[in-house]
Amino acid sequence: MSVVITAVLALLGLAAVFGAILGYASERFKVEGDPVVDQIDAILPQTQCGQCGHPGCRPYAEAIANGEAHNHCPPGGEATIIALSELLGREVLPLDEEHGEEKPRTVAYIREAECIGCTKCIQACPVDAILGAAKQMHTVIVDECTGCDLCVEPCPVDCIDMIPIRTTPKSWHWDLPQPGHRLIATDLRGGLQS
Amino acid sequence: MTEFALILVSTVLVNNFVLVQFLGLCPFMGVSNKLETAFGMSLATTFVLTLSSICSYLTYQYLLLPLDLAYLRTIAFILVIAVVVQFTEMVVRKTSPLLYRVLGIFLPLITTNCAVLGVALLNIKAKHNFMESAVYGFGAALGFSLVLILFSAMRERLAAADVPEPFRGSAIGMITAGLMSLAFMGFAGLIRF
Repeated sequence: MSVVITAVLALLGLAAVFGAILGYASERFKVEGDPVVDQIDAILPQTQCGQCGHPGCRPYAEAIANGEAHNHCPPGGEATIIALSELLGREVLPLDEEHGEEKPRTVAYIREAECIGCTKCIQACPVDAILGAAKQMHTVIVDECTGCDLCVEPCPVDCIDMIPIRTTPKSWHWDLPQPGHRLIATDLRGGLQS
Repeated sequence: MTEFALILVSTVLVNNFVLVQFLGLCPFMGVSNKLETAFGMSLATTFVLTLSSICSYLTYQYLLLPLDLAYLRTIAFILVIAVVVQFTEMVVRKTSPLLYRVLGIFLPLITTNCAVLGVALLNIKAKHNFMESAVYGFGAALGFSLVLILFSAMRERLAAADVPEPFRGSAIGMITAGLMSLAFMGFAGLIRF
């Protein structure tokens, strides 16, 4: 009889020790959020333009993690698709043309003489890159503008142009080291460009 | 030192767990479709096999033997292996979410990889000491990884090869595995005592 009791106690003890180890490990190696979504989100261009059919880059990152195709992002273009393919181990697909085509990066420019100060473009801007107040002239913070085109449509006097920008020796900058927390684009470039 | 080298050569080539002793065939056929997943699976299995080999040895030597409970080794080893796998899963999930996604269901399936239990039981049978057990487990994992990666590289090529209709898919995989097994049995005369 005592043999059985020893056996049961030994196994119980073993199980209890292992349970304690696993319990500690599950606390120690706790995963917060879904890191894959964060990694996908970091690759997306953060234009928040909605051309993929989602309300922003983050929701699209979640959708990709859940299996949606990763070629619905026209602003990111081919480079983003390749980076996503590498991250996710999926095949490199051509950009899905239903969602738009890859264009050179643009920034919005408000012809200030024509602006009537209606604030409609401010409300449309997903990244708060337009400055202005009611009945005052508006203007665009070039560094913050992601070139998403969303402000062009609501303007009642059509005074917003999308100007393509190219990286010139003057506008080129080093990529600063990425901090742990999210910054606005101006901070990432180390200050406003003159 | 020679002894450890002999154990390594023996487990990796001569007595390869997959192709000569036919243990752990499930992940061998299941995860070998892509080289990348095969590589991840190899890493996870190497870690689990070595660790579980050591842990099983310790459990046997310092818990079961003193209490005269050697007959409980199978169930105790299964417990040890399950815990090690679970632990590995947590670590992988924390350190490499991508690998975690790629491995998916196969990570918990290492629990049922009979090579893992096989190594633990064979350690007892061969009366290995601590270091020998560790090297034996590591060698078995190396052999498993080698074969798995070789096989998946072959299957990636097979996917593009012009295989006769009835042999496509798993069938040609099985035939390839058989041929590889034949080749590995050729290592039987590698070391002469």
